Amino acid sequence: MNLISARNLAITLDGRPILRDVDFSIHAGEIVTVVGPNGSGKSTFMRALVGALSPARGTVTRQAGLRIGYVPQVLHIDRTLPLTVARFLSLPVRRNKAEIDDALTDAGLSPEIAAQQVSALSGGQFQRVLLARALLGDPQLLVLDEPTKGLDQPGVAAFYLLVEDVRRRLGCAVLMVSHDLHVVMSASDRVICINGHICCEGAPVAVSKAPEYRALFGQGTRGALALYHHDHDHGHDHSHDHSRGNEA
Amino acid sequence: MIFDAFFFSALLAGIGIALAAGPLGCFVVWRRMAYFGDATAHAAIFGVALALAFDAAISVGVIVSAVGMATAVFMLTGRGLAVDTLLGVAAHSALAFGVLALALTGERGIDLEAYLFGDILNVSMRDIGLIWIGAILIGGLLVWRWPSLLTSTVSEDLARAEGIRPARERLILMLAVAVLVAMSIEVVGALLVTALLVIPAATARSLTSTPEGMAMLAAALAVMATSFGLVMSFAWDAPAGPAIVTTSAMGFAIAALAHVLKRSHLG
Repeated sequence: MNLISARNLAITLDGRPILRDVDFSIHAGEIVTVVGPNGSGKSTFMRALVGALSPARGTVTRQAGLRIGYVPQVLHIDRTLPLTVARFLSLPVRRNKAEIDDALTDAGLSPEIAAQQVSALSGGQFQRVLLARALLGDPQLLVLDEPTKGLDQPGVAAFYLLVEDVRRRLGCAVLMVSHDLHVVMSASDRVICINGHICCEGAPVAVSKAPEYRALFGQGTRGALALYHHDHDHGHDHSHDHSRGNEA
Repeated sequence: MIFDAFFFSALLAGIGIALAAGPLGCFVVWRRMAYFGDATAHAAIFGVALALAFDAAISVGVIVSAVGMATAVFMLTGRGLAVDTLLGVAAHSALAFGVLALALTGERGIDLEAYLFGDILNVSMRDIGLIWIGAILIGGLLVWRWPSLLTSTVSEDLARAEGIRPARERLILMLAVAVLVAMSIEVVGALLVTALLVIPAATARSLTSTPEGMAMLAAALAVMATSFGLVMSFAWDAPAGPAIVTTSAMGFAIAALAHVLKRSHLG
């Protein structure tokens, strides 16, 4: 059963076409990773799927009553705003202490952190707090938009292990945007490569072999399986700098 | 002589303003809207000139121009110019236009200083009524929309994911600031309204650990500063705005000092 499916989706922002011809679906329990260069429309894709943007063409269908937990890109909370972790987790919906403690534990944090100021947390702790917040509504689908931006390599690895662990325990599907290709390869069931449209998709090893993927990200990853789906007649311009593909 | 009717009207007006300015000022601090406060306040001076030119009530001219400025800034934000540049153009042009218009209308008996720095003798019963209507409006709006306002202040992305429309919340706050400016201009004056928004909130920051606590403490501090300021203004026949802002600033300095001492003591 598909949680979300998109058919022939196109998105336009301020008159500029960002995405076109997107066919996509994600089913319960699946981990799907979206990769693509900067400005390729990854965040737009995510926002359209969760319903924050309306399509210029095509349709997005979400399962009725679908519960989505959303983890944004690293966000900055101004020091002028006094905010404890517990209060942050209660925005905008009030949560009780038991719910907050559970969510913090699920996100690999000690419940004691609830009393700390958000501005005093380390980057890794804050990303886990954001994950805890997303887990509060008992989501069927976790949507993570570059959740490890700004973390160091061990932090990135630890975070993705945690996501895998959460998926295993809670059984939710995960849709995430990531630049951390090597880490993502092991964790994902399916990888989608986006550059204004879906260039290629399939199992991680297959996508890493696809010429479209290599054109975007260089030859850094190895793999040997066939693609599930492969779109040959794409027409995006290759003006981006290939040699810097592995910037993650 | 302090306990006469003028003083109590001014106090009543000042407390109404302070109760709204404290919590609203927290959002001004959290969202870095101080410059926007200046822009609407300066537009209000232009509103005074407009009201005189068209023979309308001052309060009408002031609210129309302040709300007009808020709407214009909202519409123009994100269309090319950086926000502080846009506000820099808007704030200072509005002040220049306003002062020039007041000078050119050649209205006798208009005391420009009263609108720039506030004058408690200006406060009529009708003003007090309008101020309290405005204060209740702003207070009710903040209570009603508190979760949405706070969530979109923390992160517009998170807010959108929760079905909140951050642009609408931003517009609501901007209009609330415009209303506050319009209702404060006669007591505090256009040049110092922003200080009444920012200073109590900034003072409350170091003393609180939740947004709600900060908003309530800011309201209390604003009421205290306004009351002491009005006593000072009345006793020494000094302009009300500077007196209120001075007491407010002293409160800020004391809190900051206490915070530093506590830190060095603990550390």
